[in-house]
Amino acid sequence: MKLHHKLKTFKLGGVHPDDQKISAGVAITPLPLPKVVTIPVAQHIGAPAKIIVQRGDMVKTGQIIATHEGFVSSNIHASASGRIGVIEEVMDSSGFKHTAISIRVKGDDWYENIDLTETLVEEIKLDPKEIVARIMEAGVVGMGGAAFPSHVKLSVPEGKHVDHLLINGVECEPYLTADHRLMLERPKEIIVGIKILMKALGVEKAIIGIEDNKQDAIELFQQLLKNESGITVEALEVHYPQGGEKQLIQALLNREVPSGGLPADAGAIVHNVGTTYAIYQAVQKNKPLLERVVTVTGKSVKQPSNFLVRIGTPVIDLLIAAGGVPEDTGKIISGGPMMGKAIADLDVPVAKGTSGILLIPKDEASRAEVYNCLHCGKCIEACPMGLEPYHLLLMSKKGNSQRAKEEHILDCIECGSCSFVCPSNRPILDYIRLGKTQIRKQKKV
Amino acid sequence: MNPVILYTILSLTAIGIVAAVVIYFVSKKFAVQEDDRIGKVEEVLPSTNCGGCGQPGCHAFAKAVVEAGDLSSLHCPVGGNAVMKQVAEILGIKAVERDPYIAVVRCSGSFEHRKKTNVYDGTESCKIAAALYSGDTGCAYGCLGMADCVDVCDFEAMYMDEKTGLPVVIEDKCTACNACVKECPKGILELWPKGKKDQRVYIACLNEEKGSTARKECSVACSGCSKCFEACRYDAITMTNSLAVIDPEKCKLCMECVETCDVHNIITANVTPEKIQAANEQRLKREERARKKKEEEKLAAEAAKQNTHETPPQA
Amino acid sequence: MSAGLLTVSPSPHIHTELTVPQIMRGVIYGMVPALLFSIYNFGLGALYVTGLSVLFCVAIEYAIARYLLKRAASIYDGSAIITGILLAFNVPTNLPWHIILIGSAVAIGIGKMSFGGLGNNPFNPALVGRVFLLLSFPVQMTSWPVQGATFSLDAVTSATPLGILKDGIRAGTPVDKLLSEMPSYTDFFFGLQAGSLGEMSALALLLGLIYMLYRKIITWHVPVSMLFTIVVMTGIFWLIDPTRYASPLFHVLTGGVMLGAVFMATDYVTSPFTHRGMLIFGVGIGVLTVLIRLFGSYPEGVSFAILIMNAFVPMINKFAKEPRYGVVKEKVK
Repeated sequence: MKLHHKLKTFKLGGVHPDDQKISAGVAITPLPLPKVVTIPVAQHIGAPAKIIVQRGDMVKTGQIIATHEGFVSSNIHASASGRIGVIEEVMDSSGFKHTAISIRVKGDDWYENIDLTETLVEEIKLDPKEIVARIMEAGVVGMGGAAFPSHVKLSVPEGKHVDHLLINGVECEPYLTADHRLMLERPKEIIVGIKILMKALGVEKAIIGIEDNKQDAIELFQQLLKNESGITVEALEVHYPQGGEKQLIQALLNREVPSGGLPADAGAIVHNVGTTYAIYQAVQKNKPLLERVVTVTGKSVKQPSNFLVRIGTPVIDLLIAAGGVPEDTGKIISGGPMMGKAIADLDVPVAKGTSGILLIPKDEASRAEVYNCLHCGKCIEACPMGLEPYHLLLMSKKGNSQRAKEEHILDCIECGSCSFVCPSNRPILDYIRLGKTQIRKQKKV
Repeated sequence: MNPVILYTILSLTAIGIVAAVVIYFVSKKFAVQEDDRIGKVEEVLPSTNCGGCGQPGCHAFAKAVVEAGDLSSLHCPVGGNAVMKQVAEILGIKAVERDPYIAVVRCSGSFEHRKKTNVYDGTESCKIAAALYSGDTGCAYGCLGMADCVDVCDFEAMYMDEKTGLPVVIEDKCTACNACVKECPKGILELWPKGKKDQRVYIACLNEEKGSTARKECSVACSGCSKCFEACRYDAITMTNSLAVIDPEKCKLCMECVETCDVHNIITANVTPEKIQAANEQRLKREERARKKKEEEKLAAEAAKQNTHETPPQA
Repeated sequence: MSAGLLTVSPSPHIHTELTVPQIMRGVIYGMVPALLFSIYNFGLGALYVTGLSVLFCVAIEYAIARYLLKRAASIYDGSAIITGILLAFNVPTNLPWHIILIGSAVAIGIGKMSFGGLGNNPFNPALVGRVFLLLSFPVQMTSWPVQGATFSLDAVTSATPLGILKDGIRAGTPVDKLLSEMPSYTDFFFGLQAGSLGEMSALALLLGLIYMLYRKIITWHVPVSMLFTIVVMTGIFWLIDPTRYASPLFHVLTGGVMLGAVFMATDYVTSPFTHRGMLIFGVGIGVLTVLIRLFGSYPEGVSFAILIMNAFVPMINKFAKEPRYGVVKEKVK
């Protein structure tokens, strides 16, 4: 028996949804190339990339097809070789139409200088600046879901001292197992990736945080890191939303990121294990970010799977490979059940931030009846930021942005814990999001 | 008299007197000095506090009017010209006449025309749905049908048509207060000049996508075919991103464009079918004349070409 | 392909099992031990009063929602049943039916529905009904039937231990003499005392508390802070003068303290949101209860204390906030 109370976790709020990691035991399998890949140019936070190819151009796998616009942006690479097709607005997993480049795939002809071998390259030849430049060139973004460009995170603002690198292997969203599988199957690469990040940031200490429901991964890393100094593994209590940057910093370092501040203000930089692996690929193998592990799962999915998928592959291809769409499917979610987005269109392409495709049966797809607020306070108990969600809901509903702001509505990380626990099924997060958008709009005006 | 009753009366009287004195001094000390014209102006205003004028309420509007001493940028849409005339009289300044406006619904994508592509199951609010995704039909520009506009209307001038799923503006009740326009996340509602004899004409579509895509999403979408654009004699119709838009300032309400739309999505209000018919015939005649003229010119040009082989035809 | 259209909604896409009907059912289960004990003690009278009270409450809520407010009846969430049971718990088992009807009408009609139904009432509806009855029908509301098991069968009614204590102290009798004529603390704990229907057995109420804590329906904050305050305050007075004040144990085990701490003060709607607020709320109830019991003219003060603290809940909510992530540090900087 594990002594649960000894495990670290974050201090405020949080919930314990049933973890449903049904695809945890399924090895990562590469998905065959689709006929057409559709690559959105806005897959990341920041400015959309600028398209530098034209319809009819031939491109190779790994070739840049859209370049970053400004610093907070990211390069986009062809994820397959072939001829550029139409460049038009398509529905992506955000629920809106955005410009995307389609490539009619012809074979898999890779761009030069990309190392496709499986050999582990341990020696880090580049200096910190070159590492960041290489990561930027390779278009690496945060692969936990938010898709924040990684090179921006690595460029710590002047005057801020970072002493810890935290590696997020928490995967606190129920159902998802992409990071878990990656940790089990590519641990050595991830460790080299951590060393690269440590060198780039100039930090001496790195901690890999893994939730306790992934014992095998914890043990594997403990064994591999036996003779390493500086990198440690920390088993964490299973507690949603531990994978949130701020929550992970609190869990591992017992520090808090100041309201409105950056993780660097708490002396830490957080990277996801998927990102760390992509960084290893980018720096040691010169391989840009053009594929990722995607979990396809759900209670009635025939073969819950973890696929290695090229960016731009339509979701329907993944679903077919996982045994088709079950009859009783009521909702399809890109991402996890707590923070993922429901998609209505199965041709939506996989993007850099797509961590999973979750199928929810019809009888669980709809929201239940809404009751009056009972003042039970469970939303406050659950909020990992210590906010008062019920109150923020009321203020957003009334359009009282000023008061909402004073109550720190902008600190909300949209983890969904409040809506999850509300016994009255109140759409708390719906309104908090609305309130946040209203404030942002006012700022622009 | 019973001493208890006596003491009660005395003590209550004393308390009353003390309170009265305190209230008197407080009201003197903290009295708010205000231009008495503000009160007078406020009296003639409709006191709906709708905010349609851009001010937070009728009192704020009255204050702003008195302070500005000028009516060129301040107008009460609810009271309209009649009320503004009274305001001008109170302040002894010149009244500024404005054309009355009305809100129009610029989407015709009813249930029948716009097929659902998914089922929305979030909070019943257009704003929340609009922040989540492009909508429960293929059209990303159309009405979401969750009645935010109806809810925000202070004048009960709107309702949802259950058959079409679209909001309807009741002409007599709409005061053009702008509340619904501000509320709609898709920008479907727009203030439109009420027009001469209350006649209006507008295109009820905002879809800027390519014609083929737009029509796939909604059978009455503007495909950007430009027929109405070509028919307009007053340059009141512009084409942007395959969407035709009528500029109400330039529109002369000739109604000649109405029949050119092959999906009948140029909407008119208070215009008789006869007028539309007549306008259409006039347009057809004019086009016929133009066509004939063109043919004649063509023939003439060809004839000229044959006559003088060497010289190029004049442009 | 799946048949039909896919559903789209904002995240989160999963929800906890614990929803309003489940919670209400959980509270009802929590009240079962006390109810069973009451039936064991008073026989069918307890069942008759509880049944009538529940029936009236549900019927009145249905009628008001349906015919007065013209909206969907809200009785299926089970909150009216809880109000009914709680009202019954707070009255003697020999109450005539028309008084129960009046109590139910006040509890549901004035205490709850006039504010907009479940979730909007500032005061605990059952207590509003109870206090109304106590003030309107003081005789019927304080003539407690005697349990068949322990006392002689010919006596129809008797005073509660608290009543005996109050009257005795007023008459100048020392406390230990009064106590020696009453059942022992163990008897109190098991519920062998006169009193309202559901308030007698501390044991049965504790079972309910443990069940509700286990189901995570309520937290420990209100009951513990309330009981702790009562123990501390009565303890201080007891230590000062044991001849005039009864021991803390006596105060906790008699009257409505346990019932109030477990089921009345923990009512979601009328208690504060945050844990800090709940602690303040519990302490407040404890202080007021003790003050009324020791210095007021009524022998019992739990109902009044809870209702008074209910009125303070909005203010407590405003000031008792939970610690916020990353906010305190910002101020230090």
